[in-house]
Amino acid sequence: MKELHFPWLESSILIPLIGAIICMFLRDKRQAQRVAVIASGITLFCTIAEWYDFTTLNSFQARDHWDMIRWLFGDDIFVIDELTAPVLPLTALLYLMTIVSTLSTKLGRFSFGLTLLSEAIVLATLSCHEPWGIICLLSIGCVPPWIELHRRKASTRIFNIHMGLFIGLLVCGWSMVDHDAGSGRVSLLPTAMLSLAALLRAGVFPLHLWLTDLFEKATFGTALLFVAPMTGAYAVMHLVLPYAPAWAMQSIAVLSLVTAVYAAGMASVQIDARRFFSYLFLSHASLVLSGLEIVSTIGLTGALCVWLSVGLSLGGFGLTLRSVEARIGRVKLDRYNGLYEHTPTLAGLFLLTGLASIGFPGTVGFVAMELLVEGAVGVFPLAGVAVVLAATLNGIAIVRAYFRIFTGRTFQTSAVLRSRPSERFAVIVMTVLVLGGGLWPQPGITSRHHAAESLMKIRSRTLDAMEMAQSAPEIDEDNSEDANASNTEKLIPGDEAEPIIDPRLANPFDFDDSETDVRGDP
Amino acid sequence: MLLNFIGLMVVASPAVLLAVLGLAALVRFRLTEIAMARCAQASSMIGLVASLCILAFMLASGRRDVPLEFGDWVSMHATTPDAANVENRNSTADNHDALADDGTNESFESFHFRLKFVFDRLSVPFVVMSFVLCGVIGAFAFKYMHLESGYGRFFLFYSIFQLGMVLSSLAGTIETLFFGWELVGLSSALLVAFFHDRPSPCRNGLRVWAVYRFADAAFLMAALVLHHLAGSGDFELLMGTGSWPYGVAAITENQALLVGTLLLIAAAGKSALVPFSGWLPRAMEGPTPSSAIFYGALSVHLGAFLLLRVGPVLEASWVLRVMVVSLGLVTMVFAAMTARVQTDVKSALSYASLVQVSIIVVEIGLGLYYIALIHVIGHACVRTLQLVRAPSVLRDTNALENALGDHLPTAPSMWHTWVSDANRERFYRFGWERAYLDCILDDWIVNPFVKAFRYADRIELALTKLMDGKREAATTVDASDAEIAGKK
Repeated sequence: MKELHFPWLESSILIPLIGAIICMFLRDKRQAQRVAVIASGITLFCTIAEWYDFTTLNSFQARDHWDMIRWLFGDDIFVIDELTAPVLPLTALLYLMTIVSTLSTKLGRFSFGLTLLSEAIVLATLSCHEPWGIICLLSIGCVPPWIELHRRKASTRIFNIHMGLFIGLLVCGWSMVDHDAGSGRVSLLPTAMLSLAALLRAGVFPLHLWLTDLFEKATFGTALLFVAPMTGAYAVMHLVLPYAPAWAMQSIAVLSLVTAVYAAGMASVQIDARRFFSYLFLSHASLVLSGLEIVSTIGLTGALCVWLSVGLSLGGFGLTLRSVEARIGRVKLDRYNGLYEHTPTLAGLFLLTGLASIGFPGTVGFVAMELLVEGAVGVFPLAGVAVVLAATLNGIAIVRAYFRIFTGRTFQTSAVLRSRPSERFAVIVMTVLVLGGGLWPQPGITSRHHAAESLMKIRSRTLDAMEMAQSAPEIDEDNSEDANASNTEKLIPGDEAEPIIDPRLANPFDFDDSETDVRGDP
Repeated sequence: MLLNFIGLMVVASPAVLLAVLGLAALVRFRLTEIAMARCAQASSMIGLVASLCILAFMLASGRRDVPLEFGDWVSMHATTPDAANVENRNSTADNHDALADDGTNESFESFHFRLKFVFDRLSVPFVVMSFVLCGVIGAFAFKYMHLESGYGRFFLFYSIFQLGMVLSSLAGTIETLFFGWELVGLSSALLVAFFHDRPSPCRNGLRVWAVYRFADAAFLMAALVLHHLAGSGDFELLMGTGSWPYGVAAITENQALLVGTLLLIAAAGKSALVPFSGWLPRAMEGPTPSSAIFYGALSVHLGAFLLLRVGPVLEASWVLRVMVVSLGLVTMVFAAMTARVQTDVKSALSYASLVQVSIIVVEIGLGLYYIALIHVIGHACVRTLQLVRAPSVLRDTNALENALGDHLPTAPSMWHTWVSDANRERFYRFGWERAYLDCILDDWIVNPFVKAFRYADRIELALTKLMDGKREAATTVDASDAEIAGKK
């Protein structure tokens, strides 16, 4: 595996971790915010540098230079690949923007230490290639929101039930896959358990109550950062997609599409802005999930593009809503709030990011959504109709929210509500990214297309291994060891070592570039 | 080369205007009213002169169409054998996967978004008309909107609209047409809600947006179906090699019926044909210049333009043509009756406009494309003049009536002669209620939808409460933020 020129991956995980430790010792919240801004800013720089360094290698995946983790554990745990290379800077950007745009009215409630800790965990999750590592990190990732809920003396029961079930299913499912991989096949039960876990984390209907509950009880920033990086989709890509049979993929896709339409409908009738946002996000996340299950290059490319565009646009959208909340408290959508005259910049960003999320022309989501719909129509026409219907309802919900929050009357207050310099900075960055990605989409599409093809190849490779294992003759229990060895030999010709587990089944993402180099010319 | 440059000027002039006004708004650079108006006028003038140059070239050279290619905006081509393998293994539809005919596992699945503009007998008149009317309205709005608090916002939306119209008119691919179509929809909805310190314009803006979104959804589906059938969104491939209006659609009758129905829904939404006519009077909440140019002149004709552009698809299915003619006739009767009972001049003009649009749709359904095109241009110009003149006509009429000391004399209409009082009252009621179309849409679609999802919301909240147990969220409400902000 190729190496980066610097340990960017470990740095991008370590820096927020150090920042989190410093923040936890600081009593002055403003000082903590400054530390958090510096730490997350450096982290963003590391992830961008990591992405750039990776693209110069022209490889599907690469590991760190001076890889300490490899030296300690003897395995490539943190690896950057084409799938996650742009997701890492996007995640770091969302954290930076959230920290930067936190206003003084929110300082008392928002924990910068926990936020940086969660940033380190999310970046580690997205960099991790070891299934058990992903499972551990996904489980640890549930802790910071839980601590915040607990600190706010809010009930954690719904969160506990859902996340406990999620972790339990992941652990049990992967233990079975590990066990099955020894015999060269993956049976139905672990696939179902892993799929269910993925559905739970992604909040697919009817397992989505935790998501709206979290948005209602946690701070907006924490809830947003817990869901926006879409680690559930990452879990699907690594733990479900390579193994799941066609019927399982189609079932997940159908459930995701139902959720996308249902959540879009729910978003359009909400009277609480947080619940509105949670449903809006759920609808978009479900579209991404459905695209991941479409299993066509165009559909998968569309899903990966929508992943990025939704992360960026709904991240910006959520931050705008958070800024509005910081000014007038919880926002109700059953009345007109009339904030436009006070915050025209925020109103503009709200509309722009909202429209980008539904794939409005000229924004980052346009081509992504076209690809997703095209892929869906190609596989099953009704799926395409569902995607378009969800986008239509989301579009109506977003403009309704815009009118309710920013127009309808003039908000009377003696306080100065205009946007602060830090918020204006966030607005300009988001606008440039949303419009830049929309007007010049080719580099992003090419990158996601390569990634989609790689993912298809990995799936093909794993399914081949499973098919070969299933077509092998039944094994006598007494001679199972010999048979297993010969079976493995058949699977990996020329491998003289004696691996009991076919590596293609144990970890499908673990391979040499020479073996699965799907990249074309740079 | 020169032709390409001139063509580029046509497309770039509104795009540059949008970039200038948008950037100024983003970095909060305050442009003066004169600067904004001059930019708008310059944009319209450059675009108009450039498009007239192309028209002159076409007339002089006898060329019926001048394509302007900018290459692929987005291009994606798959050639990975294993990817094809997986698709083949998982595919449920056989029309999507495209394995090579020679049996090799090479996937030809690809996606292209071409930036192509076409100057032909349909697009050139339309784009010239767009520039002329946008220029006129830009000059009119410079005075009309003077010292209005949303002056900058008006011109920003105006620039989005102008760009949308130009892109739609010149689109050489269905995706580019969709691009412009959406820009027109967004700017229209936002301009309806221009006076946003009152709830009513915002409600109406949302209504317009909702109708447009459903129409756009139909358009998107049609675009994707066409893309699949022809392998590309290029009109040249879809409509055959003949230039407009003599192309022959390269699809079967049933395919044409499917695609054409979707496009007809899209056109009905944009042109306020039945059953979507309810948004038209609501759109008159916007400032007069926008009402004149959008709902009286350009935007309302965009549906007719779409039908003209896909004329060969309509000709491929007689059922579709019957549907188009029927829709036009029904809308015509409805609009004619409704226009007569409106009590405000803008609504009356908007329904009068709809009558003409529906006649244009009938003409398209009958295959009279040139007549329809001439009708569009003539009607758009007349209606813009009427709408722009409307406020001063009212004042003139008032002045006349004050001078006379009575209402202006009116000749008795045929209604009084031929129709009984009772029937007239029924017709009046029918027209006044706008054929109950809004009520039907509300009662049969909007309200059941809202009720169903509100019910689901209540169930979810109850479930959440049940799962949550007794411990209530103590610090979830950030209501104190408002107080904090207030104190500061």
